[in-house]
Parts: sequence; C-alpha cells; structure tokens
Amino acid sequence: MSDMPLLKVRSLSKFYGNRIGCHDVSFDLWPGEVLAIVGESGSGKTTLLNCLSTRLMPSTGDVQYRMRDGDYRDLFRMSEAERRVLMRTDWGFVHQNPADGLRMTVSAGANVGERLMAVGDRHYGRIRATASEWLSRVEIDTDRIDDQPRAFSGGMRQRLQIARNLVTSPRLVFMDEPTGGLDVSVQARLLDLVRGLVSDLGLSAIVVTHDLAVARLLSHRMMVMKGGHVIEHGLTDRVLDDPREPYTQLLVSSILQV
Amino acid sequence: MSAPDTRPAPGQDSAGETELAAYNFAYLDEQTKRMIRRAILKAIAIPGYQVPFASREMPMPYGWGTGGVQVTAAIIGPEDVLKVIDQGADDTTNAVSIRAFFQKVAAVRATTHTADATIIQTRHRIPEHTLQEGQVLVYQVPIPEPLRFLEPRETETRKMHALEEYGLMHVKLYEDIARHGRIATTYAYPVKVHGRYVMDPSPTPKFDNPKMHRSEALQLFGAGREKRIYAVPPHTDVVSLDFEDHPFEVQQFDRPCALCGATHVYLDEVVLDDRGGRMFVCSDTDYCETRQAEGHVGEMLATTATDREAAE
Ligand SMILES: Nc1ncnc2c1ncn2[C@@H]1O[C@H](COP(=O)(O)OP(=O)(O)O)[C@@H](O)[C@H]1O
Ligand SMILES: [Mg+2]
Repeated sequence: MSDMPLLKVRSLSKFYGNRIGCHDVSFDLWPGEVLAIVGESGSGKTTLLNCLSTRLMPSTGDVQYRMRDGDYRDLFRMSEAERRVLMRTDWGFVHQNPADGLRMTVSAGANVGERLMAVGDRHYGRIRATASEWLSRVEIDTDRIDDQPRAFSGGMRQRLQIARNLVTSPRLVFMDEPTGGLDVSVQARLLDLVRGLVSDLGLSAIVVTHDLAVARLLSHRMMVMKGGHVIEHGLTDRVLDDPREPYTQLLVSSILQV
Repeated sequence: MSAPDTRPAPGQDSAGETELAAYNFAYLDEQTKRMIRRAILKAIAIPGYQVPFASREMPMPYGWGTGGVQVTAAIIGPEDVLKVIDQGADDTTNAVSIRAFFQKVAAVRATTHTADATIIQTRHRIPEHTLQEGQVLVYQVPIPEPLRFLEPRETETRKMHALEEYGLMHVKLYEDIARHGRIATTYAYPVKVHGRYVMDPSPTPKFDNPKMHRSEALQLFGAGREKRIYAVPPHTDVVSLDFEDHPFEVQQFDRPCALCGATHVYLDEVVLDDRGGRMFVCSDTDYCETRQAEGHVGEMLATTATDREAAE
C-alpha cells in the first residue's frame, strides 16, 4: 500500500429534502484496500456509495481522488466529461442487479469490449482476444463469447458485469450488494472470485453489503452505518470480533444466531 | 399522396379550395421558413450536429419525407431547378409526388438531370454524377439518431454526442463482425463528420458514403417526425467508422450495368421472368439513360439488338 490515500472523504452529507441520506461521513481509502459499508436497510449505504462514485451530488462535503498522475482532484469540481472518463476507465461500478450494469441485448464479448472501444481501441481481433481472456478469468466458458447475457444465469451475469468493469484495469471499484440477488452456493463462488481478483489486481474497493459475512470475507476495514451516520469504523476483524457500539454488537450477534 | 391536383390562385378565397387555399410560395409561411432556415444555418455551423426544429404538418404523411420537404421548402426560390429521387429513380410515386408538389406550390422548374438541378431531394441514394459547388442535396431522414439502436434515452444520447462518447457505435460494428464475420451493415452506415459528430447518413447504401466526403455540394438532412435537421457543409470530411483489421469497404459489383455498361456504380437487381432470369442495372436512372443516350451499351441491350438482327 502506498503512503498516500486514494480517496479522501471529508464531511460528506446528502439530504433528501428534510430526510437524511447520509450525514457527515469522513474517511480515507488507501490503495489496495477494501472497505465494507454495512448496516441495515435504509441506513444510507447506497446513498453514500452513490455520492462517492459521483452518481449522486452530495449536499455538502468533498471527496478528493488521487489521479494516476499523483494529483488530487475534487470530484465534485470536475467537469461531467472528466468524471465520465474516470468512471469508464479508472473506476468500476458493480450493480446489485446485473441488468443495470450490462447491455442485455449485445453479446458477452461486446459487453466486455465496450470500455476498450470507448477509450479508442479500434482493433477487432485485439478487443476480442482481451474479452475472451477476461471471460476465462471470471470463469465463463469462452465459447459463450457471442451469447447475450439474457441467456446467462444470475451468477454468470454478475461475473460478466465484473469482467466488463475490470477490463480497463481500474484502480477503484464500487460494489452495491454484489451478491445480493444470488443463491447462497453461487454467492460463495462469486465472493471467492472477487477476493482473488481484488488481491491479484491490487484493486481498491468500496463494497456495500447488509451481509456481515461478505464484509468478513472481502474487506480489510469496515464502517457501520445507522440512520445515515457512521457509528463505528475500524479494521474488519476488530469490528466483528470486538464490536464497541451496542448497535454493532446487536448486528454481530444477530448473524451469529443465524 | 394527398398533394392537391389543382393550383389555386394565391389569395383567391374560394370555398372550394380547402387544403392549400391560402398557401404561400413553397407552401410554408415565411415565418416558418425563417425558423427552418435558422435551424439549417446552425446545422451548417456545427457539421453533423442534430438541430431540433419545430417540424410542421405537411400535406403528406410522415414516411413520405416531410423533413426533406420542409428543408426544400425553406431554401427553394423561383429560380431553382429541382430534381427528386427515390432509390435513385425520378419516376417512383414518392419522387413524382414531391416533384409535383413543388411545381404546384412554388412553380419551379423540375429536371431529372443531376447536373442541371440546383436542389436535389433524395431518399436512399446520392446521384452517381459528382455533385458540384452550388448544388444542394436534401436527404429525407427517418431516424436521425445513430446511437438510438443501443441507447433509447434521448437525454443520454445527447450527452454522448456532447461529450464525444462514441464507443457504442463500435459496439454495434463489433456485433456485426462477431455475428457475420465482417461488418454487415450496408445501409445507414455511421460516419464521423469533420472529426467530431457521429452522424447517420440516412438509409443510403454505404456505397454512397465516400461521395459525402469533401463533396462540393451542400448536404442537408431533414427528419420530419423526429424534428431534427443536420448538415454537412461543402468540403467537409466525412469518414465511415471501422476497425483497423476490418476497414470500411463499399459494396462491389462483379459486373457492369446491363443497360449502359457502367462500372463502379450502384446496381439494382431486376427480375426479368419467373425462370430466375435477372439483370443488374444502374439504380440511378438518370445516369443510366444519359449514358445510353451517349451510345454506351450494356450486355442486355447488346444481346437484344443482336437477337433482333438475327430474327430479321
Ligand atoms: N431518492 C431518494 N429520495 C428520498 N429519500 C431517499 C432516496 N433514496 C434514499 N432515500 C432515503 O435515504 C435513506 C437512506 O437510503 P439508502 O441510501 O437507500 O439506504 P440503504 O442503501 O442502506 O438501504 C432512507 O431513509 C431512504 O428512504
Ligand atoms: Mg441500498
């Protein structure tokens, strides 16, 4: 891990009218680090993730991102054009529902190749070879390269979405409940795959989940949210093994019960 | 088409003249023409950019080229000479009706000769005879948005144009190659105009794309139903999108026109009988007839001439 944070979040708040989405969130994310955001439904996890990934404008606060050239840029002062370039090159966003992150009516190969074409790759053979390589990395048979994701199972679609995001070697990936809609056995395989890719590629990631087991398996650090506030924040093992806040203790004990 | 068959005297207020009783020169009122001309000027200033305009009802259904008709109506003057083609031919119902419409409401001269026309309204083809400075080619466009097939949201396609995010166009070409082994798109083949905007050249065959590149003529595109006007000014770069390892190519025909013997022109297949007999002839009828008048003879005419001699 480098000695400079990748992301510096300061006093980030988002209000929907009078209602709190998330309130006064501050933290640093380090290169190669996986941060889990946990909490019950409605606690503000998605709101925070969407603000961090600039899909949503926060009400107050700022987020500094360290660009590849080493300079920090204030995400909300960038032009929309610059942000969109960042989103399709240096970042990934994995949606809970793969249909929100895939083009369901184009082939798997084109889904993976789209970002390459977006950044100007104009060699069909090379794009296809890269797509094929990524399909095998996410354990999809390369002979499915010309099939549309409509014909894929939920787990395959999610793996395809991940390949589509990682093909441009992003440095930061946002994930919103990546295993949310999947069967338990499929979840385990996907988590294994994500864990392997994140460590092989040295990715930084921010993963929203209501499932503490996902946080335990994937993350180095975690933040617990309640009512839009971060109520506990620390190394994942510490938070899960020795929760300090009564609410976190409740969350942890409720998973131990199931 | 519902174009009227009598020309009412302008200003005459007879009860029998309903539809066009009080029409202005070229049908549209001057205010509407000015509005359309402003859209055209803006389109010329930003080559390939789709300018929204307040498309008017025309006395013909959408699909009959109401966008092109409005553009022509806005630019035509009494001195203009008009040619109208549909699939390269001057004598199809659509072309005849539009030509008749303008002869009626603007009393302009009409021609079938490409070289004599000052304005050419077209559906589906660019004439084979190279267009010259001073000529205007008006295209009738059904769907102006080249990104529409993969991105249905108008807000998103506008943003993609604004930010020059054209990766999706190549996704479509990628799919073509993955499915057919080559770029199978033959009509409405996307182009980049002046190195900036990606544009749909309307349903012309890709054979005609190279004719758009640095043409001396002004090219105007009107989409009536979709309310868009766009333009390619004279001498503007128009480049067909492709891949390095699958470069853009025009259709090749392995034989000359059966009637005039022309090569390097776009040919239509014509079925001759119910025993599989067929021939390939110029889709541009004016070009073909002009060549025949100049004495060029294709295979089909040559054999019929020989047959006739043999029979005598
Ligand atoms: N678009 C919205 N408009 C109004 N309130 C919203 C909107 N999105 C979320 N909220 C509210 O903000 C709070 C946090 O929601 P959310 O970020 O979706 O939580 P989580 O992802 O943890 O379930 C909730 O009270 C929710 O009702
Ligand atoms: Mg959520």
